[in-house]
Amino acid sequence: MSILNVLVVDDEPGIRTGVARVLRNFTVGFPFMDDDFRFETREAGSGEEAIAILEKEPVDILLLDNKLPGIYGIEVLEYIRQQEYDIEVMMITSYASLDLAVKATNNGAFNFVPKPFTPQELKSAMESITKHLYLKRMTRKLNEQGKQVRFQFLSVLSHELKSPINAIEGYLKIMQEKQAGGDIDDYQGMISRSLERIKGMRGLIMDLLDLTRIESGKKKRNIIALDITEIARMAMHSMEPMAIQRSVRIHFSGDQPVYMHSDPSEMEIILNNLLSNAVKYNREGGEVFLSVEKKPQGITIDVRDTGIGMDERETGELFKEFVRIRNSKTKEITGSGLGLSIVKKLTELNHGTISVSSKPDRGSHFSVVFPGE
Amino acid sequence: MKTNAMKTILLVDDDPDQLEQLKFHVARFGYRPVTACSQKEGEAILEKMAPDLAIIDLMMENQDSGFILSYKIKQRFPHVPVIIITAVTAESGLKFSLETEDDRRWIKADKYIEKGIRPDQLHREINKLLKV
Repeated sequence: MSILNVLVVDDEPGIRTGVARVLRNFTVGFPFMDDDFRFETREAGSGEEAIAILEKEPVDILLLDNKLPGIYGIEVLEYIRQQEYDIEVMMITSYASLDLAVKATNNGAFNFVPKPFTPQELKSAMESITKHLYLKRMTRKLNEQGKQVRFQFLSVLSHELKSPINAIEGYLKIMQEKQAGGDIDDYQGMISRSLERIKGMRGLIMDLLDLTRIESGKKKRNIIALDITEIARMAMHSMEPMAIQRSVRIHFSGDQPVYMHSDPSEMEIILNNLLSNAVKYNREGGEVFLSVEKKPQGITIDVRDTGIGMDERETGELFKEFVRIRNSKTKEITGSGLGLSIVKKLTELNHGTISVSSKPDRGSHFSVVFPGE
Repeated sequence: MKTNAMKTILLVDDDPDQLEQLKFHVARFGYRPVTACSQKEGEAILEKMAPDLAIIDLMMENQDSGFILSYKIKQRFPHVPVIIITAVTAESGLKFSLETEDDRRWIKADKYIEKGIRPDQLHREINKLLKV
């Protein structure tokens, strides 16, 4: 049960106690609310008294008479708007002229209840104002959370983009001032590291484009019957040059075509990412085992490597955006930190699940399962 | 009195190129660089030796790795000056500095420098802290 604080402002004591009595045992609940609301009522006999209370105490709903002994209700309303208090106001008034109604609505009054009112009229007015208040606050909360997530994403992204720029700039300045001497050969290491960082940035941009397309839902999915075995074999071929460079051998098992309905580019992204990770995070002379199989639980893609592996804490973080496992074993490996979060999103888009098991220095095993059609 | 060449500077940064460049410059200034690429590796080095000064990146394994490592250095070697380098200000709008008493109490670093510092500025800061 949540509580909403109600302030009744009226110069007639009878109205104030009447409202308090009606609201005492009244609760409001809607199917979409987690919690019912009940009301705690405070009273003020004048606009000045009301403002004094508003300054000190939290008020959610204000029931406000216009014709008051000192300042008028409409002025209290103006004060609330100026202070930007998060309060819903309902005017209770015996003769509401059009002029007053327009003025009050402009100043944010939610509703009018004509005086005198029956307990039932008050209750239904309170129901609608409570629903309005709840939805307004909920919407704001959700927007804030959305903004927060986006802000975090952007600040990490700018960090990820800035790091390589800083690195390249640092090397260029060393070269510009010939700080390592006059022989160009002494700068070869810096030049190849700069090129490597540029490659990493390009990869990040490509991954970002993939991610944007998935998240916007704008990319038209081209769902057709696919042979996953064939896509896996193609991914293996495209990874071959990098594997040879790192003396890593890729073994493929899957001689049967395995069909499922999906978008070919999505499956390519999943397989390319998993395979390139298995090669990148492998050791010199290591191995990668790729298999595609139709199992009882569904179509299963397994990618196993003999690489550097991870501990439990690291695997737990792995699928989040911009998470890269950083240690001495991974320091020379470039990556955007987006690959696995993209793989996970695409797997889930295809109603699949992805899991990982890993042991430090032994290797990792990624398994993607798409339930049968 | 140690000469510069005998003075060791511990450098900790998870970006291999930033670390390489720090190492390059520190060696050029005439100090002996010792490098680590994570908070964890930095701690392991502290088990074996006491540096004369430490330069640490703020965001490594965790967002506050640099603060934690700095704190640990100060616990073990209260007189070793620590410089924290970071890019955090510009991108998050957060501002860390050692201006207020409160900051000084929990950020156990002697100097707080933003990334993109010019090598000659860094040289001056190092010399100032080592009282060269």
